[in-house]
Amino acid sequence: MSAVLKPKPKAIVCDGNEAAAWAVSLARVDMVAVYPITPQSSLVEYLAKFVADGKLNAEIVDVEGEHSVLSVLHGGALAGARTYTGTCGPGLAFMFEPYLRTPGLRMPMVMSIVTRDTLTPQSVWGGHQDAMSVREVGWIQLYCETVQEVLDTTIMAYKVTEHRDVMLPVNVCHDGNYLSYGAARVELPSQEEVDAFLPPPSVNWHAALDPSRPMAVDPLTGGSGGPGPAMFVRYRKGQCSGMQHALAAIEAAHEDWARIVGRRHAPLVESYRMDDAEVALVTLGSMTGAGKDAVDEARSRGVRVGLVKVKTYRPFPVQAIAKALSGVKAVGVVDRSVSFGWNSGPLYQDVIGALQIAARRPAAMSFIGGLAGADITTDHFGRVIERVQALTQDGQVGETVWLNERD
Amino acid sequence: MYEIRIHGRGGQGAVLAGSILAAAMVNEGNYVVAVPSFGFERRGAPVASFLRMDTREIRQMTNIYRPDCVLCIDPTVGRAVNVFDGIKDGGTWLQTTAKPLSEFQVHEKVATVGLCDAVKIALEIFKRPITNTLMLGAFARTTGLVSLDALRAAVEESDFRDAGLKQNLLALERGYNETTVHRIEKREAA
Repeated sequence: MSAVLKPKPKAIVCDGNEAAAWAVSLARVDMVAVYPITPQSSLVEYLAKFVADGKLNAEIVDVEGEHSVLSVLHGGALAGARTYTGTCGPGLAFMFEPYLRTPGLRMPMVMSIVTRDTLTPQSVWGGHQDAMSVREVGWIQLYCETVQEVLDTTIMAYKVTEHRDVMLPVNVCHDGNYLSYGAARVELPSQEEVDAFLPPPSVNWHAALDPSRPMAVDPLTGGSGGPGPAMFVRYRKGQCSGMQHALAAIEAAHEDWARIVGRRHAPLVESYRMDDAEVALVTLGSMTGAGKDAVDEARSRGVRVGLVKVKTYRPFPVQAIAKALSGVKAVGVVDRSVSFGWNSGPLYQDVIGALQIAARRPAAMSFIGGLAGADITTDHFGRVIERVQALTQDGQVGETVWLNERD
Repeated sequence: MYEIRIHGRGGQGAVLAGSILAAAMVNEGNYVVAVPSFGFERRGAPVASFLRMDTREIRQMTNIYRPDCVLCIDPTVGRAVNVFDGIKDGGTWLQTTAKPLSEFQVHEKVATVGLCDAVKIALEIFKRPITNTLMLGAFARTTGLVSLDALRAAVEESDFRDAGLKQNLLALERGYNETTVHRIEKREAA
């Protein structure tokens, strides 16, 4: 591509909320609707500041609650605007009804979930429970490990959501507290690079409102007679097929990003030191860094351990997970949320499901840590590695382990 | 990797101090992650913020349990929390205080102490006991891990304006100049 420019990258220090705001600005978003909620608040404050400073040329709509946030953005998206918002926890709960409608209408949209543990008891700290509670609603969900990945992924998400074979909304999940307020050195891509990566908004003209072509969106379907049932099935099948197409679109977006901006992130799953691994950790989000350091520490003692980080959580990359884990004897899946129905972590459920198609099926155990802002340290990961090593000896899958039970 | 734990009280700017220090260190070519601790933000309550520095990329986004350095920007926070918890052998302790070293029982693992009467100086500069930028000057003087010039540049790039900017630049300077650095002899093992 002739438009590719590679000037010296500009390094700044910022937290994940500011990084997301930079991404929104670089992606030339047209419309943002906001309602502040901890730990997302500073993200929308940065957006308001960027608009005031002229860094972001967008319509910012300050509404009275999250239900209106998404409803306003529906209007924007149906009129062809590139749209953005962010929320978490109780805010996500309050926007649930329009949240459900967004993927059904095949509206491109990017929404950050600055993940927060859910009520009750009262807590305002990080945890994946909010995002996990909406994992089967039809949004694409991408989880970030670092502040840099928050910035890069929020831009890449627009290429995915607007892909003609996808046309489904994307949640970019970044961990409340650790990534929302954690600051790090971040390389800011230039506007020229982002423009070369991301074309002008791709509108879903099938659903878009056009005065010269009046139509009703969101028709009444279903029932047991007439065109209803088949039409409803067509909508649902379309959503599922869009989700499957998203896997390739996510890979392509990451490839384009690496080519144009020069930074490569694993699109679906990242395998770390997995080549000759006998045991594997599976992680999600910002805990991954401490997990990798724990792997290095154990490797220095001769333990053959590796780590698989899940970046794309919805659609779940079943084939990629099965392939990544098929060579090991035992797996420890570390979740930052719980599956109430399974007495385990939700990622654990997904992983053991995917392992059904693996060439060899390793034993797998569920570990839950980092709820409501708790730390998952290298020491915690050290304990996970030890327990999973024992699993390679006796194959006895124990009860779910709660890592912060005595912290 | 060098790990710093900043102790202060809500409202003194411990978190802001962490981000200014992070920016200065990045400007000098280092990798840094700064993670604030999480508590309800109440004025006066003990708060902490964590900063890691390295010459290569840092992956851990966690709190710090075994710091190389503890930086106390409040004179009495040490009464409310054990600021030395987990400090590494040969560690560095920076303290806002009006007292001389002889009035402290220095923790056995501390090898370097930097003392600065930052509250007194802050009252002169800001008319309020805001000690964060002063103690960053003290940090530069005591550890040599960041230059005063890089800290100045980071303060200039932050959101301080006009009089506030001038005051904070002066605070850096005076913190640097008015800190006494003490090397503690290796004590006999008990």
